[in-house]
Amino acid sequence: MRRETVLNAVLALGLLAVPLAAQAMGEPFIVTLATKVAILALAGVGLNIALGLGGMVSLGHAAFFGIGGYAMAVLAAPVQAYEPLMTWPFELAGTKSMPVIWVAAMVAGALGALAIGALSLRTSGVYFIMITLAFGQMLYYFAISWPAYGGEDGISIYVRNGFPGLNTLDPIQFFALSYGVLMAALMVSWVLARSGFGLALAGARQNPVRSAALGIRPYSVKLTAFVISGAITALAGALFADLNRFVSPSMLSWQTSGEIMVFVILGGVARLFGPVAGAALFILLEHWLGGFSEYWKLFLGLALLGIVLFARGGLIGTLAGREVAHD
Amino acid sequence: MSLMLLIEQALNGLQYGVMLFLMAAGLTLVFGVMGLINLAHGSLYMIGAFACAAVAAATGNFWLGLAASLAAAAAAGALMELTVIRRLYARDHLDQVLATFALILVFSEGTRWAFGSFPLYLDIPRALAGPVRLPGGIDYPLYRLVLIGVGLAVAAGLFWLIGRTRLGIRIRAGEADREMIGALGVDISRLYTIVFALGAALAGLAGALVGALQSVQVGMGEPVLILAFVVIVIGGIGSIKGALVGAILVGMTDTLGRFLLPIAFSTFMERSQATSVGAALASMLIYILMALVLVVRPGGLFGRA
Repeated sequence: MRRETVLNAVLALGLLAVPLAAQAMGEPFIVTLATKVAILALAGVGLNIALGLGGMVSLGHAAFFGIGGYAMAVLAAPVQAYEPLMTWPFELAGTKSMPVIWVAAMVAGALGALAIGALSLRTSGVYFIMITLAFGQMLYYFAISWPAYGGEDGISIYVRNGFPGLNTLDPIQFFALSYGVLMAALMVSWVLARSGFGLALAGARQNPVRSAALGIRPYSVKLTAFVISGAITALAGALFADLNRFVSPSMLSWQTSGEIMVFVILGGVARLFGPVAGAALFILLEHWLGGFSEYWKLFLGLALLGIVLFARGGLIGTLAGREVAHD
Repeated sequence: MSLMLLIEQALNGLQYGVMLFLMAAGLTLVFGVMGLINLAHGSLYMIGAFACAAVAAATGNFWLGLAASLAAAAAAGALMELTVIRRLYARDHLDQVLATFALILVFSEGTRWAFGSFPLYLDIPRALAGPVRLPGGIDYPLYRLVLIGVGLAVAAGLFWLIGRTRLGIRIRAGEADREMIGALGVDISRLYTIVFALGAALAGLAGALVGALQSVQVGMGEPVLILAFVVIVIGGIGSIKGALVGAILVGMTDTLGRFLLPIAFSTFMERSQATSVGAALASMLIYILMALVLVVRPGGLFGRA
C-alpha cells in the first residue's frame, strides 16, 4: 500500500476514534472539538477541489461558507419565531430539517460560486486571488449592512436543527453526522479527481492552451469545478452554523477565507486528506497554543511561515513523500 | 444647500481616494517589479498608524509621529523583505499568499501584544484643526484638504520618481526584464529591497494620516488592503496611473454611493426602508464597479493584458 493511503486511513480512523474515546471518558468538549475539525475539514475539501484539482487560488471561500451558514439561519429562524419564511408570491414555511437545509445551502453556495466564478475566471493568477478576496468582502459588508438578518449581530438559532432518526443535540450523534458528511464529500472528491472531468480539470490547470486544442474549454471546466467547490464549502457552512447555533458576518470575513486556505495548505494541496490533516492540526494548535498564550496566533503565524518556507507539500507531503501526480 | 453637501461629499471621496492610492501604489509597484502579491501590506499601514500614535502621544508632536511612521513602516518593510519576502519571489502565488497571510498574523498579534487590544487615538495637529472656508461658502475640514494635497503631491512625486530618475529607470527596467538588468550590473536584490521599503513607507504614511481621522487599532489595515486590491484590479496591475485613477474612482463611488443611494431610493420608497436598502447596496457598489470593469476590460483600465 502507498504511504499516503496508510496515512489517510490513520487520519480517517483517528478522527473517528478520538471522539469515541472522549465520549467513553465523559469529555463532551473533545467531541465538540472533533466535530469542529470534521466540519472545517469539509470546508477545506470544498476549497481543495478548486485549489488543488483546478489550480484556482480562491481567497474568497468564506463567501460560500457564509452563504451556507446564512442559508441555515434564513430557513430556521422563521420557525423559531413562528413566522412564515415568505408570504409573497406564495407562502412558504421555514424548516428545521437538516437535509432540506443542506440542499438549500448547497444550491445557494453553487449559485454564489457560479456568479463569482463566472466573473473571476475571466482572469487568472494574482488577479483571481484579489478578485475572489474582494467579492468575499462584498458579501461580508452586505451581511453587515442588511438589517433583515441580524446585521452585525448575526442570528442565534436556539435549538439545533433535526435529522430524521438522530438526536442532533447529543454531541456524539452530531459528530457522527458531520463525520458521515465529511466522508461522503471525500468520496465525491476522490471520484471526481479520477473521473474524466477530473482529468480535464487537471489538464486545464496544467496547460490551458493544450486543453483548448484538445477541445476542452478550460473556462467551463474550471467554472464547473468552482461551483462544486462552492457547494461543498456552503454545506460545511450550514453544518458549522448548526454546530454553533449562530451565524454572523464573521463567517464571511477574509480571515475565514484565509483559515480555510490554511487548512488545505497545512495538510497538503491536492492531497485527498490534506484538509482533514490541516484542520486537525489547526484546531490542535489553537487549543494547545491558546492554552498558554492569549496571543497564540503570533505563534501560529510563525509556524505557518516555517511550513511555507521550509516544509513544502504540507503535512501529508512531509509524511508521505512528494509524489502526487502519477497514481 | 444640497449642492454644497454634494461638493463636501465629493471632496471626502477624493480624500478617501488619494489615501487608497498611497496603499495601492505600493502594492502595484511591488507586484509590477517583483511579481509578488503581498497580503501583509495592510500590516505596514497599521504599523505606520501605531508608530505615529505612539510617538505623537509620547512627544506631543504629530510631525515627529509622522516621521516615525515613515521610518517604522519602511524599516518593517525592509526587514520583511530581507527575512521572508525575498525567499518568495521564485515561488508560486499560493505560497506568497500563505506566507504573507502568516505575516499578517505575526504583525497583528505582535502589535496587540505590544499595545493591547484597545484602540489608540491620534489627534489632528493643532495647526491643521478646524474648518476652512472654500470659495462658494463651503466649510470643509482643513486636515482633510491637506490630506488631498499630500496624496496628490505624493502621486506627482511618484510619477517623477518612476519617469525621470535613475531609480525609476531601474524600476521600469526591472518590470520589463529582471535578468537583463541584473546582467547589466544592477544589484537586483538591493533594488527589490528599496522598492519594497518605498511601498511600505507609502502604506505607513497613509496609515498615519488616516489614523488621525479614525481610531488606530489592530486589524485596521486589512479592509484597506482589500480595497486597494479592488483599486488595482480596476486600474490594472503594475500601472501607477491605473492605481491613481482606480483609487479616485473607488473613493468617489463609495462615498457618493453612500450619500446618494439612500436619497435616490427614498424617492419611491419609505424613508427608513430606503436608508437600509440604500446603505446595503452602497456597501456593494465598488465591487459592482469592479465586476463591470472585469466584464469590459479583464486586464483593468490601464492594464497591459
